[in-house]
Amino acid sequence: MPDPILRLEGVFTDIAQYHILQGVDLEVPAGQVTMLLGRNGVGKTTTLRTIMGLWRARAGAITFDGRDITALPTPAIARAGIGFVPEDMGIFHDLSVEENMMLAAVSGPIAGDRLEAIFSAFPPLKTFWNSEAGNLSGGQKQMLSIARVMAEERRLYLIDEPTKGLAPAIIATMARALKDLRAQGASILLVEQNFSVAKMLGDRCAVMDDGRIVWTGAMDELARDEALQERLMGLSMEAA
Amino acid sequence: MLRRLISGDTPRSTVLSIVLLVILIALAFAPFLFPGTRSVDTAARVCIFIALVASYDLMLGYGGIVSFAHTMFFGMGAYGVALASIHMGRGFDALLVGSVAGALAAAALAFVIGLFSLRVRAIFFAMITLAVASAVAVLVSQLSSITGGEDGLNYKIPRALTSAHKFMDDKLFGVRINGKLANYYLVFFGSLILFLILLRIVNSPFGRVLQAIRENDFRAEAIGYRAVYYRTSATCISATVAALAGSLYAIWLRYVGPDTTLSFEIMIDILLMVVIGGMGTLYGAVIGATIFVVAQNYLQNLMGIAEAALGDLPVIPLFLNPDRWLLWLGVLFVLSVYFFPTGVVGRLRRRV
Amino acid sequence: MSIAPEHAPTMETAGLWHRLEPYVPILLIPALVIVGFLAIPTSSSWLTLTVSGLAMGMMIFIMASGLTLVFGLMDVINFGHGAFVSVGAFVGITILLSLGGMTDAPSLVLNLSALLLAVFGAMLATAAMGWAFEKVIIQPVYGAHLKQILITMGGLIIVEQLILVAWGPDEIFLTRPETFKGAITFAGAAIEKYRLVAVGVGLVVFLAMRWVLRSTRIGLIVRAGVENGEMVEALGYRLRLVFVAVFIAGSALAGLGGVMWGLYQEVITAHMGASIMVLVFIVVIIGGLGSVEGCFIGALLVGLLQNYIAFLAPKFALISNIGLMVVILMWRPQGMVPVVKAK
Repeated sequence: MPDPILRLEGVFTDIAQYHILQGVDLEVPAGQVTMLLGRNGVGKTTTLRTIMGLWRARAGAITFDGRDITALPTPAIARAGIGFVPEDMGIFHDLSVEENMMLAAVSGPIAGDRLEAIFSAFPPLKTFWNSEAGNLSGGQKQMLSIARVMAEERRLYLIDEPTKGLAPAIIATMARALKDLRAQGASILLVEQNFSVAKMLGDRCAVMDDGRIVWTGAMDELARDEALQERLMGLSMEAA
Repeated sequence: MLRRLISGDTPRSTVLSIVLLVILIALAFAPFLFPGTRSVDTAARVCIFIALVASYDLMLGYGGIVSFAHTMFFGMGAYGVALASIHMGRGFDALLVGSVAGALAAAALAFVIGLFSLRVRAIFFAMITLAVASAVAVLVSQLSSITGGEDGLNYKIPRALTSAHKFMDDKLFGVRINGKLANYYLVFFGSLILFLILLRIVNSPFGRVLQAIRENDFRAEAIGYRAVYYRTSATCISATVAALAGSLYAIWLRYVGPDTTLSFEIMIDILLMVVIGGMGTLYGAVIGATIFVVAQNYLQNLMGIAEAALGDLPVIPLFLNPDRWLLWLGVLFVLSVYFFPTGVVGRLRRRV
Repeated sequence: MSIAPEHAPTMETAGLWHRLEPYVPILLIPALVIVGFLAIPTSSSWLTLTVSGLAMGMMIFIMASGLTLVFGLMDVINFGHGAFVSVGAFVGITILLSLGGMTDAPSLVLNLSALLLAVFGAMLATAAMGWAFEKVIIQPVYGAHLKQILITMGGLIIVEQLILVAWGPDEIFLTRPETFKGAITFAGAAIEKYRLVAVGVGLVVFLAMRWVLRSTRIGLIVRAGVENGEMVEALGYRLRLVFVAVFIAGSALAGLGGVMWGLYQEVITAHMGASIMVLVFIVVIIGGLGSVEGCFIGALLVGLLQNYIAFLAPKFALISNIGLMVVILMWRPQGMVPVVKAK
């Protein structure tokens, strides 16, 4: 297994009086796709938000590329090279597609070939380049949220349920784009409920339950073992 | 018996209990302990402001709602009594009609404002009350044919409440037993009853839900309490009590005017009294109002003396001018909100 | 409360309404002007009132714009905003009075440079004050609305009192620079020159603000931050710095508004900022908290209505704005141009 680019050690996060994360230990290897799986409400989204510093860990340490980022402010974490796609996509509805993309390119204008690659992965974005993002369809918004994170090269991508509520055709587009990203050697931590997508994209996999990581291993191993799936994730996972 | 009277809400601190008891005794026997027009006047103001500030605390401390219209409600009660006394002639019936009308009008207006602003977001309420209260204050000063404008209104109250009426020819402990004394006790018991009613309300299930909403309105809604309903009700109760306190004030002063009831300065005074005494505990209102009114009446003199004494120094006297009283209160206010938001009462309770 | 108007529910009108809906707030301004024309007996008075209504609206907009953006960005409501208006007025007018030689001369160039110096001084002072206010008063109470309201109100009292200490308790009367005195006559209506200046300055500020918000990177960050501050931070922008910048800019604009308001009223008092805040709050509420466009439209509506009613029924001018607020909140509880919040 390659060196981890991100490591969480004993991370606890509280939201109001609720203890959501109860000692998360997780390693995300560089250049691979790590799937974060588990039933609803076990703390997957909280894990991603804690990494980004949007919610603060009460205890534990988060190390990114050998550097302790636990206490860094969110913008500094982002600028360290982490791209984040939140569960609600975080699209700016009042801004045009172009303006959304411009904002995402923090260090300067988007390189021409990179933009071409984005357009070929998500053709609707080119069509609606000057429209308000609020007028896009749900699938197009999701494309924009992924495209935004691809506006610049990041060292790690945190993506929260990119296929949630999308039509199968758009899921396929999304999966293809993520596969391309992976082919370029990106490190990705991906929360995904759609098991067939997870199977296709994942190299490794971590399963959460009750605020902890309860199983880690190769994606293949989990995909082969239906009894294990059942035990770890119960019925909410649509086993393929 | 006593516990029931205060709705089981004990002061929970020995020092606080003693202080409250001293204040209660001092106010109950003020005409005998501190004879003299000015000191009895101060005592009456303390009584009225305790009820007024306590009613404000129901909103601010218990409901977590900031209102800038409390003087407007206070003024409605006062103008109610004044207008009734003028148009119905002097008499207890006029006082009663005026008080009830003022209280009902205040409750109705509070209901409308609450409905409008509280259902959107609580901060709307602060801004809207500020706007409405200012507009009403301007309107009152402009409709001088009805309200007397800036000059206010003078009117007659029943003779039995004025010093012209003597109940006994002899003095009791050196104090004349006249209508003025009766008027003081009307104010004292009126304020006491209003205070005890408020104490009852905050310790009722209603009061507890209100506090739950203040802590976490999201969760309270989830359990099934309509936050808007509770907040609007608290606003209405608070406005009613404020109006009744205003009626007492009008009866005591035999005069109403924008400066004594509606002005923004009084609104600031109320805020200061709540914060200094301690938000979220009605005993804070007692402490805050007492400290403040007494200080206002006597400390300003002290500032004047200090200013005169330091008259030769540069700049400093400017800050000690009695007119700069509000500057020091402002500083005190900001510091209290930062460093001891639970006020004097919170401090006293923590020591136990 | 239904948002739809009392139209006959046919498909055609519904479609037309749907297309018109985004423009309804802006169309309210000409609608109010027309109502004013019908209600006011002579057209010359109507013209005079309309211009002064627009002038007043522009000045209120200048004072209110910072407040609404500050709220939109960080959910901070500054009840002490009026303090910047007062301080701006006192600093600006003091500078102007000290430049008596330049303001009394009947030369547009001299007058204008005196005015610019005064405005510059006032904005500089209020910008510095805004920076300090944000650091000392507001920073410790982020996220706590109740404390914010109380603390900023306390800040307002302190600043007002400090003005009294520095400038004395009396109100200061002033006259406008020579070339801005008097009125011009247009179509039989006397229009004060200064009001035209105020309208011009207001328009410039509004257009400049729109340009910054729409065409610069910082404007992009501000607009995105109003909608979803968390995401802006997750992209790597330090929203706090942007917020401080907006707070300072908003304070400077309040200072500008203070100078202009002082010249409009020809008298300044320590309490003027607090009094004007009543109208400012009405404007930001009916405009939609956080929306600059809504604030602009709201300010013009308030200014026009205030002037029309002051002519028709003088005693009810201020209360009429409360009426306007009630009507608009019944129609749109979040204000005319509601700001979409991510959460």
